Amino acid sequence: MMEDLAMHTLEILMNSVHAGAKNIKLEITDSAAKDELLISVLDDGKGMDEETAKKASDPFYTSRTTRKIGMGLAFLRGLAETCGGEFSLSSEPGKGTLVTASVQRSNIDTPPLGDIGEMMMETIQADGDIDYELAYVTDNGRFGFSTKEAKEMLDGVSILEPGVLLWIKEYINEGIKQVKEDIV
Amino acid sequence: MKSLEELRKIREAALKKVEMREGGKDYRVVVGMATCGIAAGARPVLNRLVEETAKKDYNCTVSQTGCIGMCVYEPIVEVYGKDGEHTTYVHVTPDMAAEILEKHIAGGQVIEEYTVAAAAAGNKEV
Repeated sequence: MMEDLAMHTLEILMNSVHAGAKNIKLEITDSAAKDELLISVLDDGKGMDEETAKKASDPFYTSRTTRKIGMGLAFLRGLAETCGGEFSLSSEPGKGTLVTASVQRSNIDTPPLGDIGEMMMETIQADGDIDYELAYVTDNGRFGFSTKEAKEMLDGVSILEPGVLLWIKEYINEGIKQVKEDIV
Repeated sequence: MKSLEELRKIREAALKKVEMREGGKDYRVVVGMATCGIAAGARPVLNRLVEETAKKDYNCTVSQTGCIGMCVYEPIVEVYGKDGEHTTYVHVTPDMAAEILEKHIAGGQVIEEYTVAAAAAGNKEV
């Protein structure tokens, strides 16, 4: 099973990658005051019609043709429901998909956040052409990272260079640490 | 504290390396990162490959692929040479990944006992 929120989120990001997204926005709002951690993934991929969107978080449904299981959304919905939060999915064919899931920070079943830097490195590496905007927001402040900005700095050098990927992972984890609060 | 400016330095270093090599990298290292690979432990393997390649400047790119269709052998690392030759390493751990880079990418030696052929031969004996 998936041991942290980063791994759950990676599954959702991979759905966006497979849906042909060119831009993916990931926002994590981690608020001690509201006792809530909210993850939202917005993509401009191919989207789903209403009927498919309804079935998407059903553990017995998948759009995959290579095999008959696909559990990313079902696991995330299960996690949100177990941890005192909410899950929602909205999608429009041709426009994209928005997935949000929240958990109660203080809930005993809420897993740790996990390694967001590593997760971003992995999803960026899946396809260097996709652009990501990451925001991590707490009551203390906000950390943001955008691959577009990074690519401008790199000016032609691939974002998939191992040195660059490693830097991204460390940059994100350092930035998150600056604004992160301890679980109360 | 890291800053985006550091990317410029990384960029310059990368460009210098390209000049020295006169073109692309000799090897392509590919990790199976489908759910089956991740469940078997492909994430730490991929991370180690990226880290070691960045630190020791191995002559290869590191990338991901989906399910290779041999889930029982995951984590799988495939090494493609520039002449099209191709080696499949199976049940790879992070330490084995580091060894593959050192011996195969830097040294040009295939590590036979880690390959799918060796694993398949072992299964027959059992």
